[in-house]
Amino acid sequence: MDNWRKNPRVFWILSAPPALWLLGFFLLPLALIWAYSFGHKEGIIGIAISWTPDNYLRALDPLYLQIFLKSFWFAGMTTAVCLIVALPVSLAITFAPARWKALLLVLVILPFWTNLLIRTYALIAVLRTRGFLNAGLESVWDSVDGVARAVGLDGLGAFTPPQLLYNNFAVVFGLVYVHLPFMVLPLYAALDRMDRSHLEASLDLGAGQFRTFFSITVPLAMPGILSGVVITFIPALGSFLTPDLLGGTESQMIANVIERQFKSANDWPFGSALSFILMYITFFALALRAFFSRGRSAMDT
Amino acid sequence: MNSMKKTQSPANRGRRAFLAALSGAGVAAAGLRFSPALAAEEKKLNFYNWDTYIGETTLDDFKAASGIEVKMDLFADNDELFAKLREGNPGYDLIVPTNDYVERMIKTGMLQPLDHALIPNRRNLDPNFRDAQFDPGRKYSMPYMWGTIGIGYRKSKVRGTPDSWKWLYDSDRYAGRIALLGDSSTIFQMAFKYLGHSLNTANPAHFAEAERMVIKQKPHIKAFADDNGQDLLAAGDVDLTMEWNGDILQVMEEDDDIAYTVPREGGLLWQDCLCIPTGAPRPLNAHRFIDYILDAEAGKLIAEFIYYATPNKAARDLASAEYSRNSNIFPPDSVVANSETALYLGEDVQRMYDEGWTRINAA
Repeated sequence: MDNWRKNPRVFWILSAPPALWLLGFFLLPLALIWAYSFGHKEGIIGIAISWTPDNYLRALDPLYLQIFLKSFWFAGMTTAVCLIVALPVSLAITFAPARWKALLLVLVILPFWTNLLIRTYALIAVLRTRGFLNAGLESVWDSVDGVARAVGLDGLGAFTPPQLLYNNFAVVFGLVYVHLPFMVLPLYAALDRMDRSHLEASLDLGAGQFRTFFSITVPLAMPGILSGVVITFIPALGSFLTPDLLGGTESQMIANVIERQFKSANDWPFGSALSFILMYITFFALALRAFFSRGRSAMDT
Repeated sequence: MNSMKKTQSPANRGRRAFLAALSGAGVAAAGLRFSPALAAEEKKLNFYNWDTYIGETTLDDFKAASGIEVKMDLFADNDELFAKLREGNPGYDLIVPTNDYVERMIKTGMLQPLDHALIPNRRNLDPNFRDAQFDPGRKYSMPYMWGTIGIGYRKSKVRGTPDSWKWLYDSDRYAGRIALLGDSSTIFQMAFKYLGHSLNTANPAHFAEAERMVIKQKPHIKAFADDNGQDLLAAGDVDLTMEWNGDILQVMEEDDDIAYTVPREGGLLWQDCLCIPTGAPRPLNAHRFIDYILDAEAGKLIAEFIYYATPNKAARDLASAEYSRNSNIFPPDSVVANSETALYLGEDVQRMYDEGWTRINAA
């Protein structure tokens, strides 16, 4: 731990490039945006930093609070669905034969190798009115209809394709599809470390599979669940591409509003303030997570 | 020091010219300007254009005619163009902003005046395009292409011709089969036309009226299309969509059941312009290219390839009847008379567009 004290020169040489990188390409631009958020527009492209709180006050308008709430709802739904889907998936990977594990994990990560925009357009092709999913449903419908008629029953009638795209369902579906790996990986990491003898003990002592899952597996996986929830929720909260492309007329999330401030609305100070509010919320979520895991480690000791 | 003397050596002059050319590719060029007397510009041109918006052979033909090699970069929308240039010109010689952005860029000093003496082919322009409200005297811009925003629709699913904005804004006849352009200003401007106001109104009461109407219509609207209304129409997701005429023309080529109309209340007339941004490293080459585009034969080749309306009358006269008499490209005079060109009305009105649009989406 005190190695760097013995070799301070090596320490400084090694840490200078990343420190400069962080300073130049992360902290300085961030500081600039932070300063903009206390500025106001002068003319079309001028921004005067006058330390006014106006942008933050404007963000407290019920209009924007309501959009923040809606974004929370989208991100919360996404996280919940991801958790429900990812738990059995990561359990299956944990208990899969060793030679299959690597392959299954690669399959989870594989979608990341394709650009997000392309994957989202692919979802449009799947979900649209005359898309692949509705085409599949229609052929099933038609064959059931054919069989029913053949045995002398009334048919099902004409197929009306369900509207799967351009609504809030499509947004949550798209967000779950994109963020699922963020939930599976930390869950798998937690479950794989789990001491299996706990499960055997539980089963030996008469608890059923169900009780064992909720009383042993879930508590042991809790650090992974918390990590998964946080790293799914945070990027989902800031999504703008998915609601933009898959959403309908009421799928606006806060990041869509932020994007517009930097483009068509041309109001960088207000966009900066909204970005920082989003960032403060993120910090709060991280702090909450730290608080909970500290509580847990205190319990363990 | 030795190196001080060396600055006069040919090798170093070459290096300096190289550095000057290099700075053309960087923000450093913002303050750099060549006087027109110095006619020794490098035979290159950085052209910043929309995608699929130039003739098939135009750049090669221009190189054969002038020896100037054009390097073309593409932008997707005016906001991207504006954002790229607002902190200084990164080395572009020629850009293609739309009318209201031309106005905005003139007001911020992002464009440099044109030397009309270097553009003799100006005489080829249709008289209607020799002046413009957004650029009086055409000091900063030459028209490149123009067009309209109207309604693209699927003929077999629509009763008659939907020649009113009513079918998009104020009716449940086509409920769930409508898409509107998801752009804050356009959605208000077309609503203003339907309500009988000027497209360029800045009256808050008109904004409130339009906002109420769109919110009331929202349950019947399937999507606010992100400039992909033509795809929604072609794929059968919607049967009516507000769109730019050129986008609908593209899908009409593949689907006979699709048609385009500009409503009788009138729509938006847009005009993309050739402009030289402030700090352009090679303004003379840019003038030369503008003049080349306004040539009758070169203009004809571009127009027949990209299928947008050309303001170049000589080029239109030379073009095939299939293009020059196409009413989807050149709308009837009555439509043009009812339509308006958007003006830049100031940052306060921009904010009314954006806040209204945010409220519509959140409602």
